[in-house]
Amino acid sequence: MSELRQGKPVIYELSRPGRIGCDLPALDVPEQEVAALVSEHLLRSVPPNLPQVSEVDVVRHYIGLSRRNYGVDNGFYPLGSCTMKYNPKINEDTARLAGFSKIHPLQPVDTVQGALSVLYELQTYLAQIAGMDGCTLQPVAGAHGELTGLKLIRAYHHSRGENRTKVIVPDSAHGTNPATATACGLETVEIKSDPDGSVNLEALRAAVGPDTAAFMLTNPSTLGLFETKITEIAKITHDAGGLLYYDGANANAILGITRPGDMGFDVVHFNLHKTFSTPHGGGGPGSGPVGVKAKLLPFLPVPVIEFDGHRYSLQYDQPQSIGKVHSFYGNFAVMLRAYTYIRMMGPDGLRLASEDAVLNANYIMRSLAESYELPFDRHCMHECVFAGLKEPAPGVKTLDIAKRILDYGYHPPTIYFPLIVHDALMIEPTETESKETMDEFIAVMKKIAQEALESPELVSNAPHTTVVRRLDETTAARKPVVRWKDK
Amino acid sequence: MNFPQELKYTKDHEWVRLEGSRAVVGITAFAQSELGDIVFIEVPPVGKKIKIHGGLSVVESVKAVSDIYAPLTGTVVEVNEQLADQPELVNQDPYGEGWIAILEWENSDETDQLLGVDQYQALALGGK
Amino acid sequence: MAGHHYLPNTPADRQAMLKTIGVQSVEELFADLPADIRLKQPLELPPAVSELEILRMMQERAGRNSNVDQFPCFLGAGAYDHFVPSVVSHLAGRAEFYTAYTQYQPEISQGGLQALWEYQSFMCELTGLDVSNASLYDGATATAEAMNLACGVTGRKKVLISAGVHPFYRQVVATYARDFGFAVQVIPVVQGKTAADELITLVDDETATVILQTPNFYGIIEDMTAFGEAVHRQGGLFVAVVNPISLALLQSPGEYGADIAVGEGQPLGLGLNFGGPYLGFMAVREKYMRRMPGRIVGQTVDIEGRRGFVLTLQAREQHIRREKAYSNICSNEGLCAVMAAIYVSAMGREGLRQVANSCLQKAHYAAQRIAALPGYSLAHTGPFFHEFVIKTPRPASEINSLLLAKGIIGGLDLATLEAAMADQLLFCVTEKRTSGEIDELVAVLEGLK
Repeated sequence: MSELRQGKPVIYELSRPGRIGCDLPALDVPEQEVAALVSEHLLRSVPPNLPQVSEVDVVRHYIGLSRRNYGVDNGFYPLGSCTMKYNPKINEDTARLAGFSKIHPLQPVDTVQGALSVLYELQTYLAQIAGMDGCTLQPVAGAHGELTGLKLIRAYHHSRGENRTKVIVPDSAHGTNPATATACGLETVEIKSDPDGSVNLEALRAAVGPDTAAFMLTNPSTLGLFETKITEIAKITHDAGGLLYYDGANANAILGITRPGDMGFDVVHFNLHKTFSTPHGGGGPGSGPVGVKAKLLPFLPVPVIEFDGHRYSLQYDQPQSIGKVHSFYGNFAVMLRAYTYIRMMGPDGLRLASEDAVLNANYIMRSLAESYELPFDRHCMHECVFAGLKEPAPGVKTLDIAKRILDYGYHPPTIYFPLIVHDALMIEPTETESKETMDEFIAVMKKIAQEALESPELVSNAPHTTVVRRLDETTAARKPVVRWKDK
Repeated sequence: MNFPQELKYTKDHEWVRLEGSRAVVGITAFAQSELGDIVFIEVPPVGKKIKIHGGLSVVESVKAVSDIYAPLTGTVVEVNEQLADQPELVNQDPYGEGWIAILEWENSDETDQLLGVDQYQALALGGK
Repeated sequence: MAGHHYLPNTPADRQAMLKTIGVQSVEELFADLPADIRLKQPLELPPAVSELEILRMMQERAGRNSNVDQFPCFLGAGAYDHFVPSVVSHLAGRAEFYTAYTQYQPEISQGGLQALWEYQSFMCELTGLDVSNASLYDGATATAEAMNLACGVTGRKKVLISAGVHPFYRQVVATYARDFGFAVQVIPVVQGKTAADELITLVDDETATVILQTPNFYGIIEDMTAFGEAVHRQGGLFVAVVNPISLALLQSPGEYGADIAVGEGQPLGLGLNFGGPYLGFMAVREKYMRRMPGRIVGQTVDIEGRRGFVLTLQAREQHIRREKAYSNICSNEGLCAVMAAIYVSAMGREGLRQVANSCLQKAHYAAQRIAALPGYSLAHTGPFFHEFVIKTPRPASEINSLLLAKGIIGGLDLATLEAAMADQLLFCVTEKRTSGEIDELVAVLEGLK
C-alpha cells in the first residue's frame, strides 16, 4: 500500500520529446505535400499537445492506475440499486470474436447475418423475460432507455390525438426519472410515498388525470420492497388513460418469478450492465433495451431487426417510428455479453439468481438489524435499506461509515439514496457472493458500528489506509481544474 | 443560528433588506447551512425584469442545488460580482458580503407579505 | 439443482441463511407478491448451456459474418477501421478498470478518475477548447446534447444544421428536438459543401445554434470560420461536429471560433464492434462548463495535501438536479473513454500525426487512381481528409456486390440514404489500407466499368 500512497504522475509528467509509444508501418503510397492536398488555412497552426511516451511507459502508467482502482473482481461491491454482480469472463471472450468485433455497422446485411441473429434472439429473450411484445436494443444506458420509453409513450398519445404532458414519479424515484421527463419536454409530478416507500394510492388517484402521459415506477421499489398494490396502481393509471413505465434497475429481484408485463406495465427498460452481468466499465458502456406492449410497437426506433424465417434484415421503413436514438444499433458488444449470459444461465439459472439475490439481501438485513436502523420490518427483496446506525453516534454520519468501510477493503453500499430514508445505507449483495464474503462484511459493519461509539474519530476521519484520504470536493467545484496545462 | 432582526424573510429562505425602493436579497444562514459548502452562484443579468416568485438565482453546493426566488416583483439593478470568485462569502457572511442581487421594486402590497424574523425563525427551525 | 459457477450458495448455505432470517424457504420471501402475477411456468428461453457450448455457438455465429480482417473495408460514414495498438485491449482489459462502478467513492477510484482526467485533457488539446466531459453515448447523441446546451443557454428554439452533418446524427437530433419543440432547419449541401450564403442569411436573433460537421459526411473539409462569425453576430452558439483523428492535422474548433465541439471518439482505439459501444465527446468554452452534460473529473487535493481526482460539478447532474437537470445522462461510455486515453497515450503526438497523414495520403492516392478510371469521377472538388464520394458508371449497389465477390467491402452506396444520390459511393481509406489493397480495389473497379 505504501508505494501506492506516493503520488502518481499524470502521463504528461512522463512525457519526453522524441519518445513514441506505437509503431506504424511506413507509408506505402507516394507522399504528397499536405498543403497541396488541403490548403494551409484549413490546417492547424499548432499541433495538439499530446504526450510523448514509450510503450513501456504507457503500460506501467495504466497498470499503476488500475492498481489504484477497485472493481467487483477485486471484492465485494454491495452498491444498492447497481446490481454489481460478477462479470463472467466467457462474455469477454465471445464479445471479442473477430466475427463480432471487427464488423462495420454499414456492411451489406448479408455479411452480418450472424450478428443480426444474436440481436434478434436477444430481443425475443428480453421481451419474454419482461412479458412484453417487442423490444428495441438501441438505447445504450438505463437513462437512455427511459428517454426512449417516454418518447414512445409521447408518440403513442399523440397518435391518438392526445397531448398529455405530465409524468408522475414517486418521491422515492431515482434522479434519472424526473430528469428524463424534462428531457422529453414533459412535466414531473412527484407524489409522496407511504412511510415504507410504497405508492400511496390516494396520492396517485389525486395526481392522475387527462394530462397524465405516464407513471414511472420501479418494482421492487428503490427501497428494495415489492409494490404489492401493483395491479391496482396499473388500473388507476390506465383508467386515467396514462401508460405505466417500468424502470428495470431492480429487475434482478424478479427474474423468472414475475414479469413487468404481467403486472400491467406497458413499457420496460432493462439495464444490461446491472441485471444481465455486463461490466460497468467505470461509468459505462451500458445498454438499456426497451420492451413494449403491442400498442407501442409501431413507434419503436429504426432500424427494426426483422427475420423472415431465412434472413435477418434492418427495416427503416417504419412511418410512425420516433426515429433514431443512437447512430447505429446500440451497444452491440455489450449485448453480446448479455446474450452469452442469458444462454449460459437459462431460465432456471436466471430464476435461481433472483432467488439467491433476494435470499442474500435478507440474510444481510437480518444480520445487521441489531447494529443498524431498519426503517421497515418486513422481508426485503434484492436489496435492503438502513437509516443509519441503530445507536446514533455523535459526530458520525452515514458518509463517515461509508468511508470507514473503505479502510476494510470493501466498496461501501449506496449512501443517501433513496431520499425518503434519512441517512440511507442501501445494500445489494447480489447472488454471486458467498456466505463467507457476506459474513465477513457483516462482521466489519458491526465493528464499525461499535467504533462509531467507542472511537468516533476513527470513523469520522476515515478513510485512513486508501491511496488518498478524503478529497476536497469543494475547491474542486469552486475552482475546477479539469485538464492538464503545461507550466 | 443568526437571523437579523431588521431583515424581512421569505418561506423559501431568502432574506430581504429594504432600502427605499431597492431590495437587497440573499439566502439565510439556515439555507447556507443546509446546502453546505457553496461552490457556485448563478446570478441574473442586470436589467432582468422579474415577477415575484420567479427564478432569481441558482445556488449550487457540492451535493445540492437550490433555486432562489424573487421575493418581490422588480428589476435587477445590481448583482454581487464578488461571488464569481468567492462563492464561500454566502457561507461565511450570508447577510453581509454574501448578498446576491438588488432589485428595484414597485408593489408595496408584496412587501407586506414578507415574513418577520420571528415568523421565519419558527419556520426554519420549527421543523427540527 | 447442481452447483452453478456464478452462484456460490450451496444448499447448506441456503439453509443456514434461511434459519438466520427465520423462514423455512425462499418462497416465503416472495410471499407478499400477488398470486395472480406470479409466473407459473419457467421463462420460455433456451435451456442453459455450458461455457464450452456457448463458445462454440458464438464462434459459429461470428463465423457467419465477414469481418474486416478477412475483407479490406472501404466503409466509413461514422465508423472507422483504424489500427488499434495491442496495448489498448491489454490495459483496458484490466479487471480493476472494467469491473468498477462509477467513481462515487473517489478514494478507491483514483485510477479510473485519473485516466478520465487525462482523456479530458487530450480532448481539450485536440479540439482547442477549454473543458471536455468524460464521455457521452456517441457522436449522434453528443450532437443532440450540444443542441440542448445551446438552446438552454440562449433561451432560443431555432436550430440550423447542415445537411453535411451525418444523416444518422441529424435523425437523432430530430428525435431529441421534437419533444422540446425546437425548430430544426436543414441547410442544404451544394457540391459537397454547406451552402454558406443560404445559412448566413438564415441566421437571426432567434437562432440558438448553427451545427456543422467537418470533414462533413461527404468527406469534404468545410471552411468553418465564416459560419462562426455569422452565428456569433446574432448571439447564437457555433457547434462543430468533428473527427478526432483529423484534428491531428486540421484546424481545431477552438481556432475557428466554435463554442462547442462534439463528435465520435470511436476512431481513437475502439474497434468497429458493429456500431457500439462508441464514444461521444464534447468540449466547450469555459463559460459553458457548468451547463455541460455528462461527468467531469476535476483535480484536487486530499486532507494531507496529496493530488487526487474527483467527479466534480455534480450539482449539474440528474441525481441532484432531478427534473431540473440539464441532461438525464447517468452511465456514459466510461471504459471507452479510458480506451481512447490509452490509444492517444500510445500513439502520442507523433503517432497521431502519422495516422492522420497516412489516412490523408492513402485516401488521396485512392481517389486519384479511381477518378482516373474511365466512367468514374470524384463527385465533389473540395478538399477532403480520408473520405470522398465517387460517381460510378453503373449502380453503386451492383459495384459493391461485385467488389464483395472479389473479397472487398466497398464504400457506402449513398442511394441507401437518399434515392436522389444514386450511382454514388462514399469511400473511406484509413491508414490500415495497404497500397496493395487500394491497387486491388482500383483494378477490380476498372474491370467493372
